[in-house]
Amino acid sequence: MSTAVVEPQHVPSGSQVNYLNATYGIKSWLLTTDHKRIALLYLASITLMFFVGGTAAVLMRLHLIEPQGALVQPETYNKLFSIHGIVMVFFFLVPSIPATLGNFLVPLMIGARDLAFPRINLLSWYIYITGALLVLYAILTGGVDTGWTFYTPYSSTYSHTHVIAAALGVFITGFSSILTGLNFIVTIHKMRAPGMTWFRMPLFLWAMYATSVIFILGTPVIAITIFLLGLERILHVGIFDPAIGGDPLLFQHLFWFYSHPAVYIMILPGMGVISELVTCFSKKRIFGYSFVAFSSMAIAVISFVVWGHHMFVTGQSIYTGLVFSVLSFLVAIPSAVKVFNWTATLYKGSISYDAPMLYALGFIGLFTMGGLTGLFLASLATDVHLNGTYFIVAHFHYIMVGGAVMAYLGGIHFWWPKITGRLYPDLWARIAAVIIFFGFNLTFFPQFMLGYLGMPRRYAVYPAEFQVLNVMSSAGASILGIGYLIPLIYLIWSMRYGPIAGPNPWGAKGLEWQTPSPPPTENFEEIPVVTEEPYNYPGTEVPVRG
Amino acid sequence: MAAHSRLHDPHAAEVAHQFEDPEQQREADSLGMWTFLVTEIMFFGALFAAYVIYRSLYPAAFETGSHLLEVKFGATNTAVLICSSLTMVLAIYCAQTGKSKSAIITFLVLTMLLGAAFIGIKLHFEWFHDYSEGLVPGINFNLAKYGSGVELFMVFYFFMTGLHALHMVIGLGILTVLVVMTARGRFSPRYYAPLDISGLYWHFVDIIWIFLFPLLYLIGGRYTHGGH
Repeated sequence: MSTAVVEPQHVPSGSQVNYLNATYGIKSWLLTTDHKRIALLYLASITLMFFVGGTAAVLMRLHLIEPQGALVQPETYNKLFSIHGIVMVFFFLVPSIPATLGNFLVPLMIGARDLAFPRINLLSWYIYITGALLVLYAILTGGVDTGWTFYTPYSSTYSHTHVIAAALGVFITGFSSILTGLNFIVTIHKMRAPGMTWFRMPLFLWAMYATSVIFILGTPVIAITIFLLGLERILHVGIFDPAIGGDPLLFQHLFWFYSHPAVYIMILPGMGVISELVTCFSKKRIFGYSFVAFSSMAIAVISFVVWGHHMFVTGQSIYTGLVFSVLSFLVAIPSAVKVFNWTATLYKGSISYDAPMLYALGFIGLFTMGGLTGLFLASLATDVHLNGTYFIVAHFHYIMVGGAVMAYLGGIHFWWPKITGRLYPDLWARIAAVIIFFGFNLTFFPQFMLGYLGMPRRYAVYPAEFQVLNVMSSAGASILGIGYLIPLIYLIWSMRYGPIAGPNPWGAKGLEWQTPSPPPTENFEEIPVVTEEPYNYPGTEVPVRG
Repeated sequence: MAAHSRLHDPHAAEVAHQFEDPEQQREADSLGMWTFLVTEIMFFGALFAAYVIYRSLYPAAFETGSHLLEVKFGATNTAVLICSSLTMVLAIYCAQTGKSKSAIITFLVLTMLLGAAFIGIKLHFEWFHDYSEGLVPGINFNLAKYGSGVELFMVFYFFMTGLHALHMVIGLGILTVLVVMTARGRFSPRYYAPLDISGLYWHFVDIIWIFLFPLLYLIGGRYTHGGH
């Protein structure tokens, strides 16, 4: 993206001091304030949580092979989908890209030595771990069966499972998001290198900034909501339970005031990653930089005024529904701007199909499908039919798995050489990306059909005529599961045996590629001076402005 | 190179390694606190929203509940907090203008005393009294006497003032640290950012109370004799 004063150093990594080998020992990791090491702490923790949530999903899909249920009791099934949702949403998707790639890259991309508040950054990881341990405790001691939405009054009055422990875990983890968001906002405002103006920032940073805004505005609301839920459950006072004077709709309003923007917490960072991948692997400037940048901010803003579309059939007023429907359609505009701009960026680019690019292309297609099916759900009339069915499940998995997880994996593959200094086996990586793409579609496309035909979500049994589509979905889930295990194996393998990557294996622009791989603890020998527009790939340069 | 230039900076010790100069650090610290206060506003904001909704759903019960609170203690505490904001500002002013360490410490300790007085009044004259009247939901609330609407009011009263008091206690902890830092001579007219941003926090906690006081104590036309 930009020219630094320093030339990339072509010293083979491993022979130099970097953030990985500067100090050794468990203490040097657990007490580190280096944003790069904290990113790796997060990477390890969220990978563990991903496989916890994934195991629950695999068990659910195995159970649904037979109409009467093949594996577990209905009560256990309820716990499985609750664990899957709680773990995947709060402990994987929300922190996934911000806490790992964001933590690693924000200072590197703006040319800073660290985040503004390194100790708060470490604190956020400990808070995350505390929340995660509470949820794991709830799972191991019998689970929780409220669904990830904790709807009242079921969660506050009737459920006999470990609601308090799980809710407390979610409550606590929220503070790690707040601290991460706070750190990113201050860092991006105050610590950009000389010449790194707002409109020279990589689009990943715009996405991180927009995500951070949602972190700090939305997360406190879910925290207080969960707290009120806990109060009602412990004190038996009617905050949300209508039987004792509360209002259950208020819980849903407060819950979705956070949890709808949270959807954009999960997808916006992915969009940021895709902008980096698409430009690098088509060796072109992004088409319409400022549109892509501002669409991130627009999504963040609009995301706060659409929550009511989760409540079309709950008894909120029809006029409220109407307004929320219109506002929800508005989100499609900045989202479509991004998709069109990525596509236009590909046009006449010199495209190479490295593994990260395969994930990026997969993302664009799957996100588009997820987005378009979202319009069905934003329409009042069709939502009445589709609400609470597998159509919803398929829709948000196209966004969350087809979108966010694909982008996350694409980003991990793209920056892995920077993070570890090593290359992974390229062929395996491409094979895994293709397996994941096909496994994903086989898992979730049949669910669109199931939902449209009327199969409700969260049921442990179903009529026999739905079996074929369910078996297809379960088969896809097993392929998807294998697809996720392959990168786990070769990425770990590559940390020791992979070939040395060098500072910039992809020929990418961006400050992070101009420092050695892995970067030194202080990131840069000398703080770089930025003189160029972002993504100024050879042959597509524009003259320096201002 | 930045590390090199720091060798010649007499205030280098105050600049953390990730910052280039004291000015950048000061701006980052200040923006960090403001951003944190935004999250706090959303935190209390959700509670205020829930409170307002239930107040409009159960106006009579919330008025009854409000009348069970003693305005004189709430008003006294409002005055106490406003004074503590003044002493906080004076402590910052002393650091800014290079007054003696003891002047800064005096004002910080005064702020702490006023903060402690607030908590003392809240605890002794209000919460303990409420407990003896059987007004604490979940512990000894007299549902037969007051009814479930008043109980809901008291839930919000205790949760909101409790959360506010928790912020006060955290503030007292911060002030203690500031006193120690001042005694060790860490502050000068060039560097007093910790005092500055702690002051922001302290004022914010005050402002929350300024909203809580009328919302909880003054609703329902208490002084419009027989007006409803």
